Amino acid sequence: MHIIVCIKQVPDSAQIRVHPVTNTIMRQGVPTIINPYDLFALEAALALRDRFGGTVTVLTMGPPSAEDSLRKALTFGIDRAVLLTDRFFAGADTLATTYALAAAIRKIGETFGAPDIVFTGKQTIDGDTAQVGPGIAKRLGLLQLTYVAKINTLDLEAGTIEAERRSEGGVQVLQTRLPCLVTMLEASNEIRRGGMADALRAARAEIVKWSAQDAGVADIAKCGLRGSPTIVKRVFAPPPRAEKATMVDIAGQPPADALIAHIFQRAPKLEAELAALARGY
Amino acid sequence: MSEPTKAPAPSGRAATKKELPEHFKSYRHVWVFVEQERGQVHPVSWELMGAGRKLADKLKVDLAAVVIGPQGEVSRQAAAEAFCYGADLAYVVADDLLADYRNEAYTKALTDIVNTFKPEILLLGATTLGRDLAGSVATTLLTGLTADCTELDVDPDGSLAATRPTFGGSLLCTIYTLNYRPQMATVRPRVMPMPERVARDPGRIVTHPLGLVEDDIVTKIRAFLPDRDSAKSNLAYADVVVAGGLGLGSPENFQLVRQLAAVLGADYGCSRPLVQKGWVTSDRQIGQTGKTIRPKLYIAAGISGAIQHRVGVDGADLIVAINTDKNAPIFDFAHVGIVTDAIRFLPALTEAFRARLSPHSRDRIAS
Ligand SMILES: Cc1cc2nc3c(=O)[nH]c(=O)nc-3n(C[C@H](O)[C@H](O)[C@H](O)COP(=O)(O)OP(=O)(O)OC[C@H]3O[C@@H](n4cnc5c(N)ncnc54)[C@H](O)[C@@H]3O)c2cc1C
Ligand SMILES: Nc1ncnc2c1ncn2[C@@H]1O[C@H](COP(=O)(O)O)[C@@H](O)[C@H]1O
Repeated sequence: MHIIVCIKQVPDSAQIRVHPVTNTIMRQGVPTIINPYDLFALEAALALRDRFGGTVTVLTMGPPSAEDSLRKALTFGIDRAVLLTDRFFAGADTLATTYALAAAIRKIGETFGAPDIVFTGKQTIDGDTAQVGPGIAKRLGLLQLTYVAKINTLDLEAGTIEAERRSEGGVQVLQTRLPCLVTMLEASNEIRRGGMADALRAARAEIVKWSAQDAGVADIAKCGLRGSPTIVKRVFAPPPRAEKATMVDIAGQPPADALIAHIFQRAPKLEAELAALARGY
Repeated sequence: MSEPTKAPAPSGRAATKKELPEHFKSYRHVWVFVEQERGQVHPVSWELMGAGRKLADKLKVDLAAVVIGPQGEVSRQAAAEAFCYGADLAYVVADDLLADYRNEAYTKALTDIVNTFKPEILLLGATTLGRDLAGSVATTLLTGLTADCTELDVDPDGSLAATRPTFGGSLLCTIYTLNYRPQMATVRPRVMPMPERVARDPGRIVTHPLGLVEDDIVTKIRAFLPDRDSAKSNLAYADVVVAGGLGLGSPENFQLVRQLAAVLGADYGCSRPLVQKGWVTSDRQIGQTGKTIRPKLYIAAGISGAIQHRVGVDGADLIVAINTDKNAPIFDFAHVGIVTDAIRFLPALTEAFRARLSPHSRDRIAS
């Protein structure tokens, strides 16, 4: 069995700061991490390898420095890492991203064996669109299972997979055919700690590095900024609220009564509505 | 959809916008995908109808509802309802193969009617269903898709200006799909206000065939496991929400939040660390990676007000913050604040509300 996992290197968004005057993102010194949601996909792939054998290939498209994330992924015990990197890919939106990733996945299939499953995370914390998974599936003609909480069964002989997919108000138990694309839900599992041997191997392992041409990308015009139907025209800071919070004085009357008085003074209709809600309870 | 990691395009590019390719010029009107699952229309569809109405009015075009679902009453009812929320017409693909959501069949239905009737703007809810579908449809149509928008507008030249948070909500960006049609966008539930429902007779309904048989659809639904009632929360749509954060100090103290919520007939929620610690279930998380809420009253106790939390509560009419730190960021966007220990204050507030709201049950003890 061959599984491909797509991961993305992202800035640790908890540490991103915006320059107060110029409104630009202060990227310097912001550490990068593997997109946290992709770790669930990685673990799902490794767990399937534990049960069924085979290999796990991790793929990322990004700048040369994205190699760091691939080394990290190697410490978890994956078998192979592929870095798709080329200046033509810069500024890609999701449509252009899926064009390039789909080409690389085809190439991985030709070079290392056709994948049975392609995994992605639910979404990234920087792009945050949850569209790259479905986009890859469509471009490769794979069936897709999104928001998967659990893979129930995998039958390699019959070429089928059954998984639990989160939907509004419940869980759909879906069965589909391999090869397919799965986007993994958060908290569906926890990433393992790799062994010492993996850590040693990760430092020395050779990472497959492909340019657009190496990956067999047919049309450079469909990549990067040029190949993106969407363009970002404006980036700006959220407007601050005009007024500051009214602070309740805690010295005078019982503070709880004072707070309630403030609330009903600001929202006079609320008292009757709350009384009705409270009665209904 | 654009990845916000990319730098804004040089202003020249947008300014020197080429003319829309000839074959896209016939694309007109604004469409809203009406999402129904198991006989229930998701309210985000009506919220989008409100946003779509404004765009259509500005563009002086029609607003159409797109209903995809089973044959019969469910789809008919959804289409009829769409007119009460502002639709001028409805496109309906009704087939029993569409009774439950499956990507293959829904993608075919939606791409077919887009290719046949050619809308300039197509809006969907950013739900698990909407995102699954939107990504497939946009890739099939090779057009742009802007995910999780917080604001939609049209420029004087008629282009859709879709604004969304980026970098975890610390910045906003406005995204255009200039030379492709339709311009697609998704919006999370509760981000747009719910428009008023006005009873109206249904208008024009255009039906379209699905053109599939069951054997064409590979994916089969083996079962549907509805969430247990106890696990279901109506948090996103609650009128009053009380939430707690790390400032509460222990999982036991989270009871104080639940007790205040009970007295107010409110729903309760929390910040993300409480979910990560396992104190509260994840469907209660409020914020960028949790739920967006839009209550009339939001009370936050022991929550610092990180930007990822703020983006989920900005739509609340009245935000009340309880925090020991007078410099906590939450006081920058709360309307009313009180600097005090929430662990001691919440029981007093619960009692005071109880007394004020139902004077006769003063001596009842919180359950
Ligand atoms: C990609 C990403 C996504 C995220 N998504 C979300 C999200 O969806 N929702 C979310 O909430 N967070 C989210 N976060 C986390 C967010 O950045 C903050 O870390 C989190 O909101 C902080 O939670 P908190 O306010 O409960 O805790 P803290 O920031 O630790 O704040 C605790 C507050 O309690 C106050 N306090 C302490 N003791 C008391 C007391 N006795 N009484 C009253 N006040 C007291 C303190 O002064 C402090 O302000 C996300 C982060 C990332 C990186
Ligand atoms: N540049 C990339 N390289 C590899 N995988 C990616 C890349 N961008 C997105 N993905 C995958 O697609 C998923 C969804 O991303 P997004 O659509 O940006 O939310 C992520 O969780 C990754 O698994």
